[in-house]
Amino acid sequence: MKNLSRREFIGTGAAVAGASAVGSYSPLTMAQTPSLSYKPEAGAKLRVLRWKRFVQGDEDQFMANVAAFSKATGVEVRVDNEGWEDVRPKAAVTANVGSGPDMIMGWFDDPFQYPTKLLDVTELCTYLGNKYGGWYDVSKQYGTLNNKWISVPWAIIANAMVYRESHMKAAGFDTMPKDTAGFLKLCQAMKAKGTPAGFALGKAVGDGNNWVHWLLWSHGGKLVDDKGNVVVNSPETIAALEYAAELYKTFVPGTLSWQDPNNNKAFLDGQISLTANGISVYYAAKTSQDPKMQEMAQDIQHAHFPVGPVGKPMELMQITQMMLFSHTKFPNATKELARWLMEAEQYNPWLEKSIGYGAQTLKAYDKNPIWTSDPKAKVYGEGPAMMTYHGNSGPLGAASAACLADYIVLDMVAEASSGNKTPKEAAARAAERAKRYYKS
Amino acid sequence: MSNLSLLERFQSNRHALGYAFMVPAALLLIGLLAYPLGLGTWLGFTDAKIGRPGEWIGLENFSYLLTDSVFLLSVFNTLFYTIVASIFKFLLGLWLALLLNKNLPFQSFFRAVVLLPWIVPTALSAIAFWWLYDSQFSVLSWTLVKLGLIDTYIDFLGEPWLARMSVIIANVWRGIPFVAISLLAGLQTISPSYYEAASIDGATPWQQFRYITMPLLTPIIAVVMTFSVLFTFTDFQLIYVLTRGGPLNATHLMATLAFQRAIPGGSMGEGAAIATMMVPLLLAAIMFSYFGLQRRAWQQGADK
Repeated sequence: MKNLSRREFIGTGAAVAGASAVGSYSPLTMAQTPSLSYKPEAGAKLRVLRWKRFVQGDEDQFMANVAAFSKATGVEVRVDNEGWEDVRPKAAVTANVGSGPDMIMGWFDDPFQYPTKLLDVTELCTYLGNKYGGWYDVSKQYGTLNNKWISVPWAIIANAMVYRESHMKAAGFDTMPKDTAGFLKLCQAMKAKGTPAGFALGKAVGDGNNWVHWLLWSHGGKLVDDKGNVVVNSPETIAALEYAAELYKTFVPGTLSWQDPNNNKAFLDGQISLTANGISVYYAAKTSQDPKMQEMAQDIQHAHFPVGPVGKPMELMQITQMMLFSHTKFPNATKELARWLMEAEQYNPWLEKSIGYGAQTLKAYDKNPIWTSDPKAKVYGEGPAMMTYHGNSGPLGAASAACLADYIVLDMVAEASSGNKTPKEAAARAAERAKRYYKS
Repeated sequence: MSNLSLLERFQSNRHALGYAFMVPAALLLIGLLAYPLGLGTWLGFTDAKIGRPGEWIGLENFSYLLTDSVFLLSVFNTLFYTIVASIFKFLLGLWLALLLNKNLPFQSFFRAVVLLPWIVPTALSAIAFWWLYDSQFSVLSWTLVKLGLIDTYIDFLGEPWLARMSVIIANVWRGIPFVAISLLAGLQTISPSYYEAASIDGATPWQQFRYITMPLLTPIIAVVMTFSVLFTFTDFQLIYVLTRGGPLNATHLMATLAFQRAIPGGSMGEGAAIATMMVPLLLAAIMFSYFGLQRRAWQQGADK
């Protein structure tokens, strides 16, 4: 009986090719399409904890996918929602105590803080990678530890420059500058025209961290090297901070106090004409009943962050993964649910209903119509390929999590931007703080 | 004696029975207060991470914190926040209590209204203040601009000192009712005959306040201010909603920093150490208000 209840793996062998010859697909394609499924344990019941949706469509489709799973497998699934920042401590406690939800959608380096408490999902992720065009590099970085998959990268909350095209043109620029030098000139020109930029410098977990890491990395600075030695106090960092101080002068007043929602509100109110954000600003304008907002939506454009002296895109976004806990009584049911949610039949509609807020972690899903049906969403669909992991370029784990949560880079940029500290002082202080966590 | 069973002997023993009746309360206190406090203190001496039990590292967390510029700033912020806010809460609260103690029309209505800021959940009132202080949408700035008094919006939460004062004002607004209503209760226990006697003796209102109200109110003040200082010192929600400790960590209190490091940051040990370091400061504050304000001599109206 025990053997029967174990996972049921259907290989990619000839049996599949033979059985599928009936279909209208060419046998060759079918033979190459891997297949995998897990047989849920009898009487399995699952608990899932996910972050509370940012867009309604996400939750609706997610719940529809889960309901379809329950119908197909008979496995009852309870889904709890928590504010996105509350998931992290809950997941850690779940891992620590060894009971609680079977699957949690976590963030960033959560899986690296308790890798031994998670199910090995190498087989599942290898299968998904083979089937759906491979994982993005950043998905691999956030999903694997020592070549073993410890989580299933689920989605990336893509981030991009959001700007008013007419205001940029009025400032004398036909297109968004592709380099940091040109970008500074654009911001200066826009400030002169009374349509300034604004980037969050308060304790903004998403919007603040994203752009300050781009700022640091694009100039060649980073918090730690490959071995986890703190190297932030470098000439490259100083250059980045000097750039930040110049850029800050072009911002609308008040950005030091901005938390995550502030730039959305200021942009939609017309007080700023350039910021970095998820797709939410655009959709808020597009779906508004107010004709003025509709007009603004027409004028909104998106672009990738400019490339700095390092010569390649260096962007930070948010990534969320499915963590499957080894304390689950129903490992096969949990894995099957993860597989189910990642398969095209479920993932594609979910991506579409998420209206571009979440972007794919598997390359094949960049064909999803959401990225082409509205040309303005395209930039967000390309986000996953642009993303660099936040621990760049050291190991992920407790130290990288602590540094991000302690706003070390954000504080450094805010201090240097506002003139509260010189770039040298700010970089030295950041190094001191980071050494605390990367000590061993 | 020998014909009594053990149970009967137990039931007839006053001491044993007394202890037995105390057991439930003791268990509650130990389980819900002493144990968590002890655990929190112990965690401060370990390098525990969230999701990973720590090992004993002695005073390392504490010695690091003493060199950590962000922590030292948070200690300064906490002391500044507590002292300034408590002084204002005391002065304004006492003033309000004295006003409410007079015979006003609609007396109970006013007394009820005064309690409102205290009743509204902090998170809600904090959001109201967040809008008031918003760098782009502040109605305060808007009004002042429309009146032509200023040209640009005030950066309430973006400039370190302004941010400190802004959060203090929000805290004072919220904390006054507690002080005012408690002191009002104290005022009503003072017998009117003292005031009658004093006015017959020709005492001025100030003298009445100085030599009757203050001495008799002091025990209440000591208790009320002890609690008020405790609430202020450990304030969390208000800061978390308004600034999360920004700008440039200028409003980070020890409580918010402990949370930031322990929960989102995962460094349980360090967060616990910060929380533990609040204890000596809290004790000092309590000692001061408790013993300092309860001196018998002053209470009895002596000058020294």
